[in-house]
Parts: sequence; C-alpha cells; structure tokens
Amino acid sequence: MTEKTTMSSLPDEHRTSFLKRVAGANTLWIGLVLLVLVATFGAIRPDAVFQVTTLQFLLAETAVLLVLSVGMTFVIITSGIDLSVGSVLVFASVASAMAMNAVSGGDATNAGWGVIAFGLLVAVVSGAVWGLLNGLLISRAKIPALIVTLGSFGAAQGAALLLNNGSNVSGIPDRLNRTFGSGTYLGIPNIVIVAAVVTALGALLLSTTRFGRYTYAVGSNEEAARRVGISVRGHLTKVYLLAGTLAGLAGFMGNAFFRVAVVTGHETDNLNAIAAVVLGGTSIFGGTGSVLGTVFGVFIPAVLEKGLVIIGVKEFWQPIAVAIVLVAAVWLDQTRRRARNQR
Amino acid sequence: MSQPLLEARDLTKNYGTVEALRGASFTAHPGEVVSLIGDNGAGKSTLVKCLSGVEQPTGGTLLFDGEPLVLGSPNDARDLGIETVFQDLAVAPDLDPAANMFLGREILKPGLLGFLGVLDKKAMRKQATEHFTRFGATLQSIDVPIAALSGGQRQSVAVARSVAWASKLVFMDEPTAALGVVQRERVLDVIKRVRDEGVAVVLISHNMPEVLSVSDRVEVLRLGRRVARFKASETSVEELVGAMTGALTQEDAA
Repeated sequence: MTEKTTMSSLPDEHRTSFLKRVAGANTLWIGLVLLVLVATFGAIRPDAVFQVTTLQFLLAETAVLLVLSVGMTFVIITSGIDLSVGSVLVFASVASAMAMNAVSGGDATNAGWGVIAFGLLVAVVSGAVWGLLNGLLISRAKIPALIVTLGSFGAAQGAALLLNNGSNVSGIPDRLNRTFGSGTYLGIPNIVIVAAVVTALGALLLSTTRFGRYTYAVGSNEEAARRVGISVRGHLTKVYLLAGTLAGLAGFMGNAFFRVAVVTGHETDNLNAIAAVVLGGTSIFGGTGSVLGTVFGVFIPAVLEKGLVIIGVKEFWQPIAVAIVLVAAVWLDQTRRRARNQR
Repeated sequence: MSQPLLEARDLTKNYGTVEALRGASFTAHPGEVVSLIGDNGAGKSTLVKCLSGVEQPTGGTLLFDGEPLVLGSPNDARDLGIETVFQDLAVAPDLDPAANMFLGREILKPGLLGFLGVLDKKAMRKQATEHFTRFGATLQSIDVPIAALSGGQRQSVAVARSVAWASKLVFMDEPTAALGVVQRERVLDVIKRVRDEGVAVVLISHNMPEVLSVSDRVEVLRLGRRVARFKASETSVEELVGAMTGALTQEDAA
C-alpha cells in the first residue's frame, strides 16, 4: 500500500516540539546532575578543579571506561548484560602486547608503526572473538546472558593469565605511548580523542541507523521484532560482537596509556560500565537508552572521585555516593515505567 | 463466483496426539470480509497460524490465486501481501508509532547514507502520519512511545500497521477484544475500508452482532472442521450459534 500513499507535503503537525522532547528525556537530567557536581566542586576549589592537568587526567583515565560503556549501552538496550568486558579487555591487552613483542624479537619498545598496527589488529580481533563467542552462546544456545558472560568473565581472565604465566607484559612500543598514550592535540589527550570518536560513532549508530533501531526493538519486545521478520538471533550476536570488539580496542588503549599490559585491576570494569550505562538513563529492562546518557554516566563517578579528593573529603565516600545515585536512577526508571504501563 | 484468493483444503494439524485440525477447509475471496467463528478449541487460531505461515499444517493443501502454496514462515506469507494482526498486538512499546509501523521495513536515506544503514526518519514519520490519518487512528503525537498510548490507540496502531502492508489479505485475530465502543466502531470502519480497496479481510471474533454487521460471509469451524458457511445477509445470530454448537450442520460445507 506504500505505493498508493502519496507523498504530499504534510507538515509535521503531530510532532512534539524539540524542547519538550529534550525536557522529557532522562539524559537532560543526568547531564544536569553532572553539571551541578562540576559546578559545586569548582566553586569550592576553583584553583584546583579548573586546572588543565586535572581535567586532562580526569578525561584520560575515563577514556578506556567510556569505550567499554559504549558497547555496554547497546547490550543493555537489548535487555542483555555483559559481565565479561573487563576480562576481555585484559585478554586483548595481553595478547596484543605479546604479539607486538613476538614480531619484534621479544621486545617491541622500539618498534615502528607496522608492529603497532599489528598490535591493534590483534587486540581488536581477540576482543571480537570473545564477543562473538558470547553472542553465539546467548542467541543460539539460549543460555542467559548473565551466565554466559559470567563464564567468559572468568575464562578470559584465566586465559590472559595463562598467556604470560600471570605476569604483566612490558615492552609496549615507545612510539605508541608517546603518540596515543600521553600525547595531546590542542591540549586534549589523544587517547581522549580516540574515545570521543568511538563514542560519537556509537551514538550515530544507535540513534540514526537501522542497526540501532533493531537494537531498541529487540530490547523492547523480542517477539514483536521476530514477527516483523527481524533476525533476533543474528542481531543479538552482532551486539555482543560489538561489545567485545570495543573491549578489545579499550585493551589496546590501556596498553598505550599505561605502557604495560596489566593483568589485574580490571575486575570491576564490568560493574563500572554497567553503572555508567544505567546512571546515564538506559533502562536495565531494555528498549530505551542513549550513548550521550552513558557519557554523563561515565563522568559522574569519575568527577565525584576526583572532586572529593580535591576538596579533602575521604575518597571512600565516592562509592557510597555513586551507589546512592545509581539506585535512585533505577528507582526513577521503575516509577516512570509503572506510571506509563498503567494506562 | 470469482476465483478464491486463498483456499485451504482438508488441512490437518496434529500436536503430538492432539488433532487441532481434522480436515478443515477455508476460502477467502478478494475484496471480501469473511469471518471465521467457532467455539473455544474449534481450531480457529491453529487454522490462522497455518494460513499465515506461523505453523505448518500436517496435511492438506493451500491454494493462493489457484496455485498450490507452501508457507514455510511468516515472511513467506508477508511476501505475498498477507499480514496478521495478532491478539497480543506484538508492538515494540518503547518505539513510537511510526517506528513500529516501519519496523522491519525501514526506509533508508538515499545514496551513501542509506548504504550505511541510516534511516530516513522524516519520510517514515510523514508516511505513517498520512496512513494513520487515513485509517482513523487518531494520535495526539506521532513520536511518543507506544507504551504511552491508551490500550485502544495501541490497538489502532497495530491494526493500521498490518493493514498498511497487506496488499492481498489480512488476518485479524479478535481485533476489537480490548476496545471501547468508539474505538471498536473505528476498527470495524477500517475493516470495511480495507475491503473496499480490494483486500480480503479474515476476521476472527466471538462477537456475533459484530460478525454479522461487518462480514460478507461467515465460515464456522467446529472440532477442527468447517461445518457451515453462510452469507452474512442471509443468516442470524441463532443460526451461527447453532452451527458453532453442533445443533445445525450443512452437508456440503466440509
């Protein structure tokens, strides 16, 4: 019947105004919370907060978590979960560092761009393989995502330890660290630029493409998606593949930043990413959410942590403060859903 | 009489030892509203599932425009212009009406952006608005999530969506079950309008006055078989109920 539908120039009269839509979005409120936090800390210690090095550090430290969280946003919108991202990051980081060392005769410290590119490829591919494995087990074998990714959370960590007998891998190319790790462009750390580009691409993918639309549809009502002919299994596989690939990239970014592939310290990355996504207004029940919200959600805990230290409050308060905001965010989401579904 | 659009002959469907269909036949002609009625367990839902590709019959034949037809999946039926409005609606509550209408059939932007999978949201919204207006689904706004709409509006969206893509035939499984008086009238209006465009409508309903008011023909199922066929203008509620319960049978119906 589409052929019959004439394309007359009907005005968008039924469209809600832009302002109204923005005000109704969770994202705006989460963004305001972040702004208030920055303003509060800034008002108390403007000298320490608005320093270039403080901000540079804050951004650089969150860049890796941001990339993980972008992938997690897609997963959670499908009403899934991925507990394995931190372990996959470690695996990709170790595999990539060892691969770079191996092709440079044992030590890649002075290696050139060819080796670095190879290292990037190894990191991304090993992340993608873990993601694909997660996706296939979840969509084909119908094992709950929580269990599958709990399994790969342990397995990827174990495999990373096996690769190098449980120790960190050094020998990251100097050139990689100087450029991507600690280099800046117009004062912005390069690693942050990479994370920003990944985030922007993720946001566009989610909000403007068919892939994004299907991600929402699968999370909103899997059966409805299936009945209109969307390949739900295929789509879920792709979403977990995306999350794994981004975890692989995050592992490579970590290598560049820390100049070493560390096998510990990423055990709670998964929970931090989930917290960031949920803080950012993405519903843990699937169907709604945005990458922009996730960006805010990543920075709220980071700003709290830095800010509390700067104003001299014990930083042990940070997890407590984040916990309160997190639970409040989900409670708000629940209330909204209940109000909506009662109609 | 014209050539049937869709014809089922002696369909059987077994679920293990349970015989849901025992040689059921069914006929739908282009541009008519035919109601499929029967008591609970008569096999209506199973028959519709077999005719819309959701389930595959154990035996019997399907004919589409006189040609033998095998439906392996709902997509096969959809490719032929056969759509279904399911009882449970099957919409994505977090997406807006336009997104739901075009779900699985998105319009992409032309050129490179379209190649990258970028949606043409504006075009979809525009076509959806026109379509909803045409089929009497009055929505205050086209871009709120379906979940924010009332039950009746949700139903109208589900009906309008299926109707939009049905070029040959649309199955409606109890499309008015959850509706108020006004909404119900509107759905019945839509059914007539669709019929007038030459599309066959198969209505499943328990509401006999409604069946008689909107249908051209009525086919009755009982215990997995067709037991009677009526012209809606020449029958009565009593006769339909008699056929459903077994008090009345027509020899030539099966």
